[in-house]
Amino acid sequence: MTVTYGEEARERVGFFTDTSLCIGCKACEVACKEWNAVPEDGLDFMGLSMDNTGGLGADTWRHVAFVEQRVQLEDVEGLRWLMSSDVCKHCTHAACLDVCPTGSLFRTEFGTVVVQEDICNGCGYCVPACPFGVLDKREEDGRVWKCTLCYDRLRDDQEPACAKACPTDSIQFGPLEVLRVHAKGRVEELHERGQDGARLYLDSPDDGVGGAGAFFLLLDEPEVYGLPPDPVDCTRDLGESWRAAGAAAVTLAAVVAGAVLVGRRFA
Amino acid sequence: MAECHPVGFQWVMEARERGATIIHVDPRFTRTSAVADEHVPIRVGTDVAFLGGLINHVLQGEHWFREYVLAYTNASTIVNEEYRDTEDLAGWFSGWDEESGAYDVASWSYEGMEPPAAAGKREQAAQSTGEQSHGAHGAELQDGEPPATDATLQHPRCVFQVLKRHFARYTPEMVERTCGIGQDQFARVADALVRNSGRERTSAFVYSVGWTHHTTGTQYIRSASILQLLLGNIGRPGGGIMALRGHASIQGSTDIPTLYNILPGYLPMPHAGQDTSLDAYVETNTPPGGYWGRTREYTVSLLKAWWGDAATPENDFCFDLIPKLTGDHSIYPTVMGMRDGSVEGFFVMGENPTVGSANAKLHRLGMANLKWLVVRDLQMVESATFWKDGPEIETGELRTQDIETEVFYLPGAAHTEKDGSFTNTQRLLQWHHKAVEPPGDCRSELHFMFHLIARIRSKLEASTEARDRAILDLKWDYPTHGPTTEPSAEAVLKEISGYTTADGAAISGYTELKGDGSTASGCWIYCGTYADEVNQAARRKPGREQTWVAPEWGWAWPMNRRILYNRASADPEGRPWSERKRYVFWDAEKETWTGADVPDFQADKAPDYVPEEGAQAEMALRGDEPFVMQADGKGWLYVPSGLVDGPLPAHYEPHESPARNPLYPEVQASPTRQRFEREDNLYNPTWGEPGADVFPFALMTYRIAEHHTAGGMSRWLPYLSELAPEPFVEISPELAALRGLEHRGWATIVSMRTAIEARVLVTDRMRPQTIDGREVHTVGLPYHWGPNGLSTGDSANDLLPIVLDRNVHISEFKAATCDVQPGRRPVGPALLDYVQDYRRRAGA
Repeated sequence: MTVTYGEEARERVGFFTDTSLCIGCKACEVACKEWNAVPEDGLDFMGLSMDNTGGLGADTWRHVAFVEQRVQLEDVEGLRWLMSSDVCKHCTHAACLDVCPTGSLFRTEFGTVVVQEDICNGCGYCVPACPFGVLDKREEDGRVWKCTLCYDRLRDDQEPACAKACPTDSIQFGPLEVLRVHAKGRVEELHERGQDGARLYLDSPDDGVGGAGAFFLLLDEPEVYGLPPDPVDCTRDLGESWRAAGAAAVTLAAVVAGAVLVGRRFA
Repeated sequence: MAECHPVGFQWVMEARERGATIIHVDPRFTRTSAVADEHVPIRVGTDVAFLGGLINHVLQGEHWFREYVLAYTNASTIVNEEYRDTEDLAGWFSGWDEESGAYDVASWSYEGMEPPAAAGKREQAAQSTGEQSHGAHGAELQDGEPPATDATLQHPRCVFQVLKRHFARYTPEMVERTCGIGQDQFARVADALVRNSGRERTSAFVYSVGWTHHTTGTQYIRSASILQLLLGNIGRPGGGIMALRGHASIQGSTDIPTLYNILPGYLPMPHAGQDTSLDAYVETNTPPGGYWGRTREYTVSLLKAWWGDAATPENDFCFDLIPKLTGDHSIYPTVMGMRDGSVEGFFVMGENPTVGSANAKLHRLGMANLKWLVVRDLQMVESATFWKDGPEIETGELRTQDIETEVFYLPGAAHTEKDGSFTNTQRLLQWHHKAVEPPGDCRSELHFMFHLIARIRSKLEASTEARDRAILDLKWDYPTHGPTTEPSAEAVLKEISGYTTADGAAISGYTELKGDGSTASGCWIYCGTYADEVNQAARRKPGREQTWVAPEWGWAWPMNRRILYNRASADPEGRPWSERKRYVFWDAEKETWTGADVPDFQADKAPDYVPEEGAQAEMALRGDEPFVMQADGKGWLYVPSGLVDGPLPAHYEPHESPARNPLYPEVQASPTRQRFEREDNLYNPTWGEPGADVFPFALMTYRIAEHHTAGGMSRWLPYLSELAPEPFVEISPELAALRGLEHRGWATIVSMRTAIEARVLVTDRMRPQTIDGREVHTVGLPYHWGPNGLSTGDSANDLLPIVLDRNVHISEFKAATCDVQPGRRPVGPALLDYVQDYRRRAGA
């Protein structure tokens, strides 16, 4: 995917967010905003458990979801409190990038997906293209902003700010291949410990986005965390569609031509 | 811990990943509960009952670590036959004097010994105190040995049997009735603790200041100490009781104290009338055995550090220049003194008491009655602006034009803008170097104090008044540098660490301190922080380049020991209790203690050492007595002196409680709790009193991860403010239904002090509990807010009463009662009427 960089291409890197280690401290949210100078976006008491951020957006590039669940423990009805730090998925097949008409969205030499703020013209095509609702326009300046996986830090051989700040290593950064291997082992480990609900999300190159550069270990269904269960890159079938449309057009033309010919014959 | 100390919590998570069982005991279900193996929802203010239940389980089930307990604790010591337990006196200990409202502690001593405190000191105890009466340094034992012991532990008055009888009442049924913890869960917790203690395994207790914020807070810690001693979990790797402090370097602020009743290194503050000379002070505070036997060396070295050449043997090393205590000068009586006109000036440095103190309203009213007030902070906190926009201005109780207090606000430098050290809960000093200059007029505390004293000295230059000698004779010669003439923090550290007065050479540890004036040390326990003329606290050798104990990262007091009392990690003969828990042990060949850590013991004192008659200080302790700060070298299951509320912990209800005390029905709350019956500090009627039903719910206050204490370091920061933008009250769905409270709506929370408003968070994390057959609802309030900054709102601490643990004068922040009603509170004078109505209904 970074083949166009030739010798400048770097190993693809990403995030593995292991929610079984998340303690919901939100250090990732704060570190992200600090490093990337993302503006504060509202002092709203939302009451979504301990979450007053709400979701990812132009001014929130890391978001910790809090999910309170009533569960049956051995002897009593207990409580499970899930926490998960969400982020741009840096998809292998990134629709946002495909639909961007200006080239503002681009694939970096690290295989990550970044918006160039000086090129974005605010057309907003990428916003509905993202299957996760990550891309979002900043109302004040009209442009689209999202996680860059700390592109500037990567170029200085530094890990992204959120991963650096995470005290429990719930957010792990590294070469994607290494993370995937590690993540598989982690799921097996959790299964052995009886955490049957543990599963990886967006780790597979065969999924609808070709596997994500930022994938997750979840303890429940993705929907529980507000994540789409089966996200699909909406431009995935674009080539197919154009071919189909082309074929349809040819067929239609042939039919029309035939009709004309037939008509002439009968004329 | 995940909630308030998320960075430190990484190690708990790591332990969990390596197989440790994490048990979280907390009235609320927090981020810690979310990742713990077990959350134990305990009713607020009942921890002694819970811990007592565990102690009883350990004793009844014979789960205690026999060899450890026999050798290293005072289990075998026989107690005075005058002693009567709560079992004998229906909840009281012997010595209660109704008139003075205090215990005469004489009967609590060991058999065959002088009462631990002279008559004068007992009076002090009655007045107020714990630390300053200082039995905490060790009972006055002859030659370090109690006169009467029974190694079989069968004597009915030996500590072990006293303990067993005392806690027999703390059954699982009683724990359930008192704490609301189910018996099955209690059994699981008890089993996990016992299973993970002993020769092969250790368990650690971690608490935060919530444990101390009770009228029985000291006894909470005592309960944990008893349990850990019984299980052999002190002085061993993976054991201990870790106190997580409220913020960075609070440990440092007790070591080099900001407290009124101790001098650096936990030396007691001298008392007027009693400590009339250095000799008298030393005599009172020097037990015959243990390292407090060196009180003279520590004290003289401190005096030499402060007064330098002016301190001579002829003038008692300037002992007279130390201010003397005349009573309880702790913070709350001081605040009342402001209100009442006996206190004229006040420094507030890096604190925000008008948000952070109990009955914060009284604090504001007190500060409005001062002549002058100095506030140093990073932000314009409420303590600096209460005179123009505080809640009492809104209600009309105060008018700006009537407040005569002259307020000086001085902006402070952040830790990145100055050199200095933090001391963490492991007693580890870690140095931080200045990264950037402080902006504008911002200055470090060091700069402020140095230049303030320098200016006062120049104003006093011509003075011949004796009272000014304390300032004029100070050794105040710290080198300064840079455009702001910043004093050298390293020079201060070196003075604290210590040097020989003849040549100024750094000394390497407290055992080198002398009582003749030839050494100076600003804090004996920190002695060696600057050993070899090197700032040892600034060492940052990566962990991977050294042993797992990492002795070359920073410096831990005392003597760079990472685990206190680590002699206890070996058996009496000096062998590791097990290979798995090998730590510090005796090398018979080399005749020295050795191991992973710096031994907390004389390196060459053999395990079979027996003191000669008349031996003093550490030489009076045997080779198998690891608790070297105690006069008898033992861990104290039973405390014969040093506490004012009892030699053993007993469960008493919080001062304001929605339930009766099931353990001692005749003693509802701690008899010794320090009360202040005043118009401006009215108490809610507690259980059983008329009007108690006006405040039917338990109230607890706490911190959340998003904010920091009273908000000075978080409410002005946009990225933190947006994470928790305003005060909220956490309640259960059941309580919401009962009171008609709507999620995300508003609630008014009321006590006898005032009423505040907060947004409603209805959550399953809060649950009603069945206590003694009745349903008890708990209201949870984070306390971070005030009217200033970006994230604003009412202060939860305005609701709380001032009622203290008399040992340490800490207020009961964590357990009170309240009412809660839907909707916003009245504003302006109407608020006063609203609260007045509650007071009338409660029978005030």
